[in-house]
Amino acid sequence: MLGAEMVHERASAVIPFRRTCKQVAALLIAREDRALALQHRLALRLHLMACEACPRFERQVLTMRSSLQAWRNYMAKGEDDEQTAKLRR
Amino acid sequence: MSTTLHAEPSFENQVADLQTYLLKFARLQLRNDTWAQDAVSETVLAALEMPRAFGHRSQLKTWMVGILKHKVVDALRHHKREFCVAQANEDSDIDPLEFIAFKADGHFAELPAEWGNPEAQASSRQFFEILEACANQLPASQGRLFLMREWLELSSEEICNELNLSTTNLYVQLHRARLRLRECLELKWFMKGPAP
Repeated sequence: MLGAEMVHERASAVIPFRRTCKQVAALLIAREDRALALQHRLALRLHLMACEACPRFERQVLTMRSSLQAWRNYMAKGEDDEQTAKLRR
Repeated sequence: MSTTLHAEPSFENQVADLQTYLLKFARLQLRNDTWAQDAVSETVLAALEMPRAFGHRSQLKTWMVGILKHKVVDALRHHKREFCVAQANEDSDIDPLEFIAFKADGHFAELPAEWGNPEAQASSRQFFEILEACANQLPASQGRLFLMREWLELSSEEICNELNLSTTNLYVQLHRARLRLRECLELKWFMKGPAP
């Protein structure tokens, strides 16, 4: 049911630290909601060091993370404060 | 000296004015008008029962949003059976990861775009509106779970406990929600929005 995640569990049994971009994308998304096992963290780091595309995907995920945090603050304080915040900037 | 006499709206009026604002978030999180109305009514009641002097309107807002979050968690807990049943047939079996183009060997077919920093842009308010619209486009159960993480700031464990959900199920739903949100933001903001 986990799709790419399942594939990658099987693949990792053969080549421990090798991941495809697709598997890395799934891990980068999963990392937002749970702590990854050490072997996955390590595989992720190795892949990100060697790949051109995946660090870009990682930046997208991190941008989503910080945007959602900003959105949370915005919702808590409301629109009123936005103007004041901007003036202060 | 507290002798200022400018015409501040009464506490009751201020509380009532915030209803529309609160309803927007209750709807977004609960995906059900009746539950959302109830959660907001309970929040307003709680506020009226505890009148105190708020120095600034935004302080009242922050405080009421805090109460609303508790009322919303109660509603989610209370209605969990109803939306767990609905969940099974609302989403296709396709993993949204399949919508991203990968080559046969698992590499990205094209480089993912550089998104830049949306909040640093002048129109952050517009960006948040797109973000809300994208969250609202998620299938209802995915949207609820996603916002439990991102708005209510519950951990995955807490969500599973509140809703009697298996972690596998939760992770599948969140995986899909996040990928859909990514796709929606890319289409509606990063490709079409003000210059990135």
